[in-house]
Amino acid sequence: MSWKQKSVAVVGAAETTKMGKIPEVSVIGLHADAALNAMADAGLKPSDIDGVATAGISPVELAHYLGIKPTYADGTSVGGCSFMLHVRHAAAAINAGLANTILITHGESGRSRVGAGGWPRSPASLQGQFEMPYGPVGPPSMFTVPVLRYLKTYGLKPEDMAPVAVIQREWAAKNPRASYKDPLTVDDVMNADMIAWPFTKLMCCLVTDGGGALILTSAERAKDFPQKPVYVLGAGESVETPMVSQMYDFTSSTAFKVSGKKAFETAGIGHADVDHLMIYDAFAHLPLYGLEDLGFCKPGEAAAFVRERNTAPGGSLPLNTNGGGLSYMHSGMYGMYALQESVRQMRGIAPAQVEGAKISVCHGVGGMFAASGTIIFSNEAP
Amino acid sequence: MPPRMLPEPTPETRHFWDGCKEGELRLQRCTSCHDSYFPPRPFCPKCGSRDVEVYKASGEAILWSYVINQRPRPDMGTEPYAIAVVKLAEGPTMMTNIVDCPQTPEALQLDMPLKVSFAKQTDDITLPLFAPAEG
Repeated sequence: MSWKQKSVAVVGAAETTKMGKIPEVSVIGLHADAALNAMADAGLKPSDIDGVATAGISPVELAHYLGIKPTYADGTSVGGCSFMLHVRHAAAAINAGLANTILITHGESGRSRVGAGGWPRSPASLQGQFEMPYGPVGPPSMFTVPVLRYLKTYGLKPEDMAPVAVIQREWAAKNPRASYKDPLTVDDVMNADMIAWPFTKLMCCLVTDGGGALILTSAERAKDFPQKPVYVLGAGESVETPMVSQMYDFTSSTAFKVSGKKAFETAGIGHADVDHLMIYDAFAHLPLYGLEDLGFCKPGEAAAFVRERNTAPGGSLPLNTNGGGLSYMHSGMYGMYALQESVRQMRGIAPAQVEGAKISVCHGVGGMFAASGTIIFSNEAP
Repeated sequence: MPPRMLPEPTPETRHFWDGCKEGELRLQRCTSCHDSYFPPRPFCPKCGSRDVEVYKASGEAILWSYVINQRPRPDMGTEPYAIAVVKLAEGPTMMTNIVDCPQTPEALQLDMPLKVSFAKQTDDITLPLFAPAEG
């Protein structure tokens, strides 16, 4: 079913005042800084917000800290794409009358670890029993596990992933807020410190502090806000597995496919309609899986698609135009920053603006191929 | 070196860990649709039937995918090690470590045949690791 008759819009969007290294602000402080910036962007006060959604901290903590007494709370927490799911749920909630003005926040002290929680994983959980005893050390040595099977299946080599990092650095160079802007070559990527073979440090995301927030309301009300509305055309979500070793297919994310298909169906658009694309890149293989599982490339063809500069500045499908998790920033749950860049592109204010872009697809991953969310935005009223 | 991070069996997984202790790799399969599955649970994830049985698997597998972790977890020693996923002859995939084999890309070839090798950790816990299959 198309969402065109019942659209909602982003009317407030902002990141934290600072980005990168923010040792003077705790996790909840980053949520609040982003929330206040987004409210200022939308011309709203906390008392104007009647719905809250967040991950990492509880929506109870968020609402009380900001003095919001909401009629709607969403604490969906499925990793870095949680915010895509929050946007999708907010759209449904606004249409169902559960709330009128919903605030979605993210804040994470990924680098400085001020007021940051741990990552408890019970040794009695399935992951605790059947993965942790074999020595994984967080995402760099888990999220990366399926990739050798992907490479072998399609006759590719580790260096075929390197252009993803090289080209995203080209985008980052255009972005004053990006963490890293110096040009990279494929050799730089391949010769960087090895983290978990075949992944070098430059194929892995940054670890930074930051946050972001979005405010959504109905498309009808959106016209009365100060910023150009960015409409939610369609959305999808899915979850797959809490254990990367139990993915249904190591060459493809089932969650990506389910989420992407639903988003395109509800938006009623085709791939040729897409002007701008964000694919959550915690590691260099994720844009390749994303391009294929969302249907922009055939299986095994994404590496060549990137190498041939289709996703680079001047290419036909601008991808991760903020520099991505590899070069812009990555606090831990990067999905919020992908959403912020899609909104900037649709408002026409991105540092590396794609001229004339009307439709942006923003695709997130959560956990280690655990979950997925896809939002399709437009700057034209549906 | 701190003690290795070990599993804490639950009632639904106890048969698996007891099997490892006794030198058997135990899987479950559905008596209706005959699908073998892992990790353990008291029903078939394919058809939902509760009519499932525990059986002794062959212990044969192939190397399905891996990374070589260059930053060892303190309880895993000081040398880089492969965090591997094997595909069991019966179908399911399983995370493990590869033993009796250099931890290098040259030695660790995808699809190489492997055989389970049990590594006792404590009186209660034995981990199922995998080694290159003989000749």
